[in-house]
Amino acid sequence: MAELREELKEKIIEQLSLEDVEVSEIGDDDSLFGDGLGLDSIDALELIVLLEKDYGIKLKDPKEGKAIFESIGVMADYIAKNRTK
Amino acid sequence: MSGCYINGIANISAQSTSDFDQFLDEIIAYKEVIFKSIDPDYKKYIKPAAMRRMSKSVKMGVTTSKMALASSGIEMPDAIITGTGMGCKQDSEKFLEKILYNDEQFLTPTLFIQSTHNTVGGQIALGLGCKSYNVTYVQGAASFETSLIDAQLMLSEAPKKNILVGGIDEIAKNSTLLHTLDGHIKQEDINVLELLESKTSGTVCSEGATFAVLGAEKQDHSLCRMMDVETRNIASPQDIKEDILALIEKQGLTLNDIDAVILGNNGDVSFDHYFENLQNSIFSNIEQLCYKHVIGEYHTASAFSYWLACKIFKVNNVPSILRVNNIEAKEYKNILLYNQYRAKNHSIALLQRC
Repeated sequence: MAELREELKEKIIEQLSLEDVEVSEIGDDDSLFGDGLGLDSIDALELIVLLEKDYGIKLKDPKEGKAIFESIGVMADYIAKNRTK
Repeated sequence: MSGCYINGIANISAQSTSDFDQFLDEIIAYKEVIFKSIDPDYKKYIKPAAMRRMSKSVKMGVTTSKMALASSGIEMPDAIITGTGMGCKQDSEKFLEKILYNDEQFLTPTLFIQSTHNTVGGQIALGLGCKSYNVTYVQGAASFETSLIDAQLMLSEAPKKNILVGGIDEIAKNSTLLHTLDGHIKQEDINVLELLESKTSGTVCSEGATFAVLGAEKQDHSLCRMMDVETRNIASPQDIKEDILALIEKQGLTLNDIDAVILGNNGDVSFDHYFENLQNSIFSNIEQLCYKHVIGEYHTASAFSYWLACKIFKVNNVPSILRVNNIEAKEYKNILLYNQYRAKNHSIALLQRC
C-alpha cells in the first residue's frame, strides 16, 4: 500500500503539473482539495481520467470523486479494492 | 474623432526586452533559425497555482499584459483585445498527441481548455476578474493590427475607456517543423543578425508577446499617439506604396514629415521585395529600421515595432543594430510602420510623439 501511495503522489505531481511540489511534501492524509494541496475542479476531472487510464476504474458518478479524492490514503485504499489493471 | 494614445506597453521577445528601462543594450546573436523568447521571472506576475497549467504563450501574454497595465497606471481595463496568428499551439499539439496515443480515449480537460486561440485573452480576464469585452482576432501577420483597429473603433465611440491590446505567438514542436518542411523556415542555420543579407527563401521562427494599453485621451505618461493603422490582406508592392502615401496624406503630412520607418524585412528573398520597393523609392531619404534580424519572425512580431517606436520616442535614440541605411533623424516625431508576411496581411501604421 505504501508503494501505491508513493506512486499516486508521483502521478498526481506529473499529471497536474505541480512543479513546485515534492513527493515528500504530500502527506498520506493531507486534503487534496481546499486548504491541503489546493486542487480544483479541473484537477478532479484529471484525476477521474487518471483512475480510468492507469487503474481501469471508471467512476459512474463523478460525485463519487468527492469522497474518493479526499486524500492520497483514501484514494490508494479505493484503488487497491477496485483496480482492474 | 477622439485620439488613440498608447499609455503603456510591454514586450517579451528573444532579446531582453521585458525591462522597459533597457533598450537592446545587449544583443544575443542566435545561430539557428528557430529560437525561443527569453523568459522573465514569471513568478513575479503569476501565482504558481495558476501558472502550472499555462503554456508559454499564456505565460508571456499574462505577464506582458500585467506589465503594460502597471506602466499605464490602469488596474482594470474596459476591454481586452488579443491578436494571435496561431494561438496556443503547444497545448493544441499535446491534446492532439494524446488523442492519437490514447486511441481517442482518456482525454483530459486542461489541454483542451488551454488550446484555443482565445486562451490568452481568457486567462488575462480570469486573472484580473475582468468581465468586459474580450475578443481575439486571428488574422495571420495582421492579427495585432486588427486588434488595434477594433480598439481604435471602440475608443472613437467610448473615449473614456482604457483598452488592453496585445499580440502573442509561440513556437511549438510539430507545427514549427511543418513550416520547415514547407519552406517557410530556412533550411540552413544562419547567424540571425545577418538575416537581412540572406539570399535564400524562407525566414527564421521565433515567439513573443506585446501588450499595450490604449486610451483616447493624452496622459502625462502617454508614449505616443497612434494616428492611423490599416491592414490589407492581399496587395501588390505598388498598391502598398500608394496606400502608404495616401495614409500619410490623410493625416495632413508629407513624406518629409516621416522621421523613420520601421520595416518587417525577414530575410526571405521571395517576399522582401515588398520592403525593398519602398526602401529604394519613397523611403530612400528616410531613416530605415528593421527588427526581425534581432527578435525573429512570428505572426505578431510586428507588435514589437510598436514597442520599438514607443521606446524611440521616449529616449530619442535608436540602437545601431536596427539601422539598415545611413540616414539618422535628428529627432523622432513621426514613425511609420509597415509589415507583411509572405505577401499577405499587410499592415501600415503611423505613430506620432505626443
